[in-house]
Amino acid sequence: SFSASSDGKNPCIEKILIANRGEIACRIMRTAKRLGIRTVAVYSDADSESLHVKSADEAIRIGPPPARLSYLNASAIIQAAIGTNSQAIHPGYGFLSESAEFAQLCESEGLTFIGPPASAIRDMGDKSASKRIMGAAGVPLVPGYHGSEQDIDFMKLEADKIGYPILIKPTHGGGGKGMRIVQGPDEFVESFLSAQREAAASFGINTILLEKYITQPRHIEVQIFGDKHGNVLHLYERDCSVQRRHQKIIEEAPAPDVIDDFRSHLGETAVSAAKAVSYHNAGTVEFIMDTVSGQFYFMEMNTRLQVEHPVTEMIVGQDLVEWQIRVANGEPLPLSQLQVPLKGHAFEARIYAENVLKGFLPAAGVLHHYCPVPASPTVRVETGVEQGDTVSMHYDPMIAKLVVWGENRNAALVKLKDCLSKFQVYLVLDFHQQYIGKEEINVAYHIEVSQISILIQSLDATMSFQVAGLPTNINFLQRLANHWAFEKGQVETHFIEHFKNDLFVDPCNEILGKEAYNAASLGATLLAACICKKEQLASKESLPAGNSLLSLWYAHPPFRVHHFARRTMELKWDNEYDSRGSKLLKLAITYQPEGNYLIEVLYMYPQTGDSDFPGMELKVVHLGHHDFRVEADGLSMDVSLAAYSKGHTRHIHIWHGLHHHHFRQTMGLELSNDDKSQDKPSFEIASHSRGTVVAPMAGLVVKVLVKDGMRVEEGHPILVLEAMKMEHVVKAPCAGFVHGLQVTAGQQVFDSVVLFSIKVSLLHSTRNAIGQKFTFRMNSTGGSLVNINPKLSLTLSSNNLWQSTEVTCIAALLW
Amino acid sequence: ATSSIPWRNPIWVLQGRDFCLGVLPDGVDRSSDAFLRNSKAMEGFISQLQTHIDKVLGGGGLEAVRRNRSRNKLLPRERIDRLIDPGSSFLELSQLAGHELYEESLPSGGIITGIGAVHGRLCMFVANDPTVKGGTYYPITVKKHLRAQEIATQCKLPCIYLVDSGGANLPRQADVFPDRDNFGRIFYNQAQMSAEGIPQIALVLGSCTAGGAYIPAMADESVIVKGNGTIFLAGPPLVKAATGEEVSAEDLGGATMHCKISGVSDHFAEDEIHGLAIGRNIVKNLYMAGKHGMMDGLPNIIPTYKDPLYDVKELRSIAPTDQKQPFDIRSVIARIVDGSEFDEFKKLYGTTLVTGFARISGQVVGIIGNNGILFTESALKGTHFIELCAQRNIPLIFLQNITGFMVGSRSEANGIAKAGAKMVMAVSCAKVPKITIIVGGSFGAGNYGMCGRAYSPNFLFLWPTARISVMGGPQAAGVLAQIERSNKKRQGVEWTQEEEENFKGRVVEAYEREGSPYYATARLWDDGIIDPADTRKVLGLCLSVSMKPAPEDTKYGVFRM
Repeated sequence: SFSASSDGKNPCIEKILIANRGEIACRIMRTAKRLGIRTVAVYSDADSESLHVKSADEAIRIGPPPARLSYLNASAIIQAAIGTNSQAIHPGYGFLSESAEFAQLCESEGLTFIGPPASAIRDMGDKSASKRIMGAAGVPLVPGYHGSEQDIDFMKLEADKIGYPILIKPTHGGGGKGMRIVQGPDEFVESFLSAQREAAASFGINTILLEKYITQPRHIEVQIFGDKHGNVLHLYERDCSVQRRHQKIIEEAPAPDVIDDFRSHLGETAVSAAKAVSYHNAGTVEFIMDTVSGQFYFMEMNTRLQVEHPVTEMIVGQDLVEWQIRVANGEPLPLSQLQVPLKGHAFEARIYAENVLKGFLPAAGVLHHYCPVPASPTVRVETGVEQGDTVSMHYDPMIAKLVVWGENRNAALVKLKDCLSKFQVYLVLDFHQQYIGKEEINVAYHIEVSQISILIQSLDATMSFQVAGLPTNINFLQRLANHWAFEKGQVETHFIEHFKNDLFVDPCNEILGKEAYNAASLGATLLAACICKKEQLASKESLPAGNSLLSLWYAHPPFRVHHFARRTMELKWDNEYDSRGSKLLKLAITYQPEGNYLIEVLYMYPQTGDSDFPGMELKVVHLGHHDFRVEADGLSMDVSLAAYSKGHTRHIHIWHGLHHHHFRQTMGLELSNDDKSQDKPSFEIASHSRGTVVAPMAGLVVKVLVKDGMRVEEGHPILVLEAMKMEHVVKAPCAGFVHGLQVTAGQQVFDSVVLFSIKVSLLHSTRNAIGQKFTFRMNSTGGSLVNINPKLSLTLSSNNLWQSTEVTCIAALLW
Repeated sequence: ATSSIPWRNPIWVLQGRDFCLGVLPDGVDRSSDAFLRNSKAMEGFISQLQTHIDKVLGGGGLEAVRRNRSRNKLLPRERIDRLIDPGSSFLELSQLAGHELYEESLPSGGIITGIGAVHGRLCMFVANDPTVKGGTYYPITVKKHLRAQEIATQCKLPCIYLVDSGGANLPRQADVFPDRDNFGRIFYNQAQMSAEGIPQIALVLGSCTAGGAYIPAMADESVIVKGNGTIFLAGPPLVKAATGEEVSAEDLGGATMHCKISGVSDHFAEDEIHGLAIGRNIVKNLYMAGKHGMMDGLPNIIPTYKDPLYDVKELRSIAPTDQKQPFDIRSVIARIVDGSEFDEFKKLYGTTLVTGFARISGQVVGIIGNNGILFTESALKGTHFIELCAQRNIPLIFLQNITGFMVGSRSEANGIAKAGAKMVMAVSCAKVPKITIIVGGSFGAGNYGMCGRAYSPNFLFLWPTARISVMGGPQAAGVLAQIERSNKKRQGVEWTQEEEENFKGRVVEAYEREGSPYYATARLWDDGIIDPADTRKVLGLCLSVSMKPAPEDTKYGVFRM
């Protein structure tokens, strides 16, 4: 434990302002509360109802949703701290946590910055400066040549010294331009010259640097901690090799396949790195490890508490936030290096709202159903959201961190897999209710874009649509955790790339597709039984008490004269192994005399071969809320259900065994298009051809809003008539080209005269858009519309991030 | 030997320490020969019965069933299964009607009847089986249909007709058509039940030809399915024979025609499933036994209800300050009714008047709102809807934004005055609570048809945007100026352009002043001006006051047809 001594410079911290949001803010508050320290939350307008605001003793608004106006607004945060009489500011991670200026500002305002000294942040923030300092302190750096001498023979000698393979890189520019990997000395000259040429052409400067190329790198980082008395120790390493888009998704501690000598060597190196910049408080020294040679090299130092700190906490049994606060108070570290325990193994999986198949693009929406696994001494769920909260587009789309601990790696992994399969979450994008106003719709539209990956620029703010069941990465995490190489601890930074065939769904794999179909059939069967049970209970509950005669009509099983009651249920389901669109599963449910359900999968449309799925007789017990226990053929299993209705569609999620399925139930028709036709002006008269619009009444033409021949969308106002003291807007009955528009403003028209007609169908007119440029999100480069099919989905192509993947979306939503 | 175990008898458990004096002794010897013999024999009877039943459950045979499915149609029992509350019971009647009655087999008499619950309300179902002889009426079919209506009359069950029938079976017309208890009696019963306040609902899921056309036409509310549903007195072949006109079934009597133009049907269904869902909604909104406070033991008022989906404060921004600008009254309705749920009645017909059912704080209400000028169709639609609400004791809410009934030669020739009179008659006589909110213009006879002050609405409120006068100021000025000019001309007085403009200006100014909501409210023409954002609250409070007295029966005068 810490000693009570303080350096006397600052009084003991009694109130902390947390300059952050989400799970880390909640995490810090938890420790602060335990220590009896009062907490102040800051929030932007997007977060006024957030969990971190509710969890704090006080909360202060610091600005509008964009981070640069709120969570990155240093002066607003400092003002908030002063206004609430906070003595200290905890920056969390991200936002201002690694801003030397902010740390400096805190200091000069007399506030304790719970983190390293500003000088250390500055030193480590500059990549080349930090390498220089580390080199001087004897910390190993990736071997390379960064000099100005560019003579080819000299360079080749340097390359030989470093050892192959070698990475050739232009000193200027980026984006991989001019980069070459050289496997051996005989390839060197050619690669060098071409790299020089490309660098000159691209950047105007052709200086080149050399670096050792590490073929199978691992990302290993060491948690270090220092106090203000010059003591620094390490809390062992974490392996964060498994990354996507350069972001970690599964971390573990300690690193697998590491011997004790290596571990202590790594730790000592990290400690000397920290000492070189007079570090105190929590920090992480990141190393790249060459799995072939077993060498490790310094990459960078993160001068903050990291997202994945809980895995370290789990294996050393310490609360790092508590350490941070105590160290900030001036207390010395509570343990010596030898006293730091190392017990068991821990994993952290980051659960994100993101679309794995679309290059892990972030998603945003409302957490319609959120039921994380229950916490225990070995399972932690670090979260900053609750059911009903919004995963906002303004910030990181992380929903939760799942942290598990086991006696050893295998035990921890078993627990991880179990927890992942029981983690129930689904999001709904419903921005019609959330965002009002044109500007916000355009912003919101970007989120939708991240789902379907395109943005069409000529967009009016008149859409109202919603997508339910936004993607999360849970299934992907499950596949990762179940992968044989991961189980063996064979992790490296190219892991996801390397095993992409196993980890990503192959939309044409028929065998897996069939398996998925069978699993979905089982899911649908269980779901049907649970829905029947739920309906039966619901109808019973809705009956007024004491009406025993009416309740006879709701007896179970339902009565039929000389036959069993039977019903069908249609469920739509998307098979990720089949790109041909959603499938319709049709189930027949027969109520058996004993109260069981006999459920048969009648067919699936479109057909994907014969169904091997036999009829099943199921017994259902409702356990409460959305939990059921289903018994079939002597086998019992727990099943959870969550449902969401929007318009004519019901979205039902089911969690059973290791599976999670999402089904949609519609009223049996797609109303979206036809329903609109009912709202269309009904001025069409049978004697005129389709698309012809006649005057709805006699009146005066006040305004003509379009020119003859113009292309209009359905519902576009064409002209305004005034009659009976009212203005009537005559709209286009369908999309197309205005034809025969002869009337002018001031003209009197008679009842039922033809005003104009719309000549081309929607499909034809949108076809004109083929070949037009569209802007994609994330990278702002263009793509071209290559096809529109008759069901009005678009195909676009682009040669960018998605490697020319074709993107399909529902045009009706966008057009 | 008796095997009855007293403590297992529920009566013992229920009554606890009380003595059960009336409990009958068992009296059956389960080991006797007779007991065994009887049970054996009954097994045979049952299995014979089941054989007959299994045959009729198959309807008109595999081929007919396949043809039915290929038209996206369900079988009659499946239709009923989709209408009744999921997982609830259905008491089917006379399954073996028509058994060995005719030379040809007529499973279940070609019609399925029975009782089931929809939203907790017990209803009588009468469903034609189109797979049996095209759903045509044999004598036994008529008899079974009439028997179902008889039960419905006795038990006051709303009737739901699932119509899919070719009408009377022509070869047997003599036994189907003329007599008292023949085909005509079906419509007689519909009329009698409707008059008694027993709802008559028709879902047109297939053809509905000749006499059959009267089933939906006589119904209080009807639904028709696009593509499959047709209603006509004579089908295309007969039309061609009679008049030479060639017309498709859909154009002659399809869903679009009947919902948009003729008004014979009230609800347009995209397909059969949609139609059945609309059918359930109609029953949900019946509220018919408001007279008894409870309906089949269910309270009429839902104790829990949802708020509107959209912000009620937005009502402040919806009504335009420029009276000439139209706005969709549905955007107002969406902000005052529970869950923004509005089941529209005759949505496609007479579209300048919006009618439909919704709930406000759990209370079912009928809403009538203006979406433009009242035409003949709009007035007829309003009349029909007011009649429905009066019969079911559903309070009416009028949202007035009306410039008047349509004028002009075509309208007059169409009898717009007659149609307007029907609406005024219906509004005047409907003995249900009425609440009027004037959200925009209230001009001329529109004020009357939409339950203005003279029609004694229980409450009448204005929005600050309201304008009330016999006509618009400029229109009145035009009319008065014309009269004045001819007066002057007769007197030989010259009237300059400037004088005329001044004259008109004075009239417009007077109308402007007298049409103001402040002018109105100062004279107690209303019960106050309200903030649009308070509309939902005010309506809820007014409904609560107005629903206190016991319901009264509505009687109408002579409707000029």
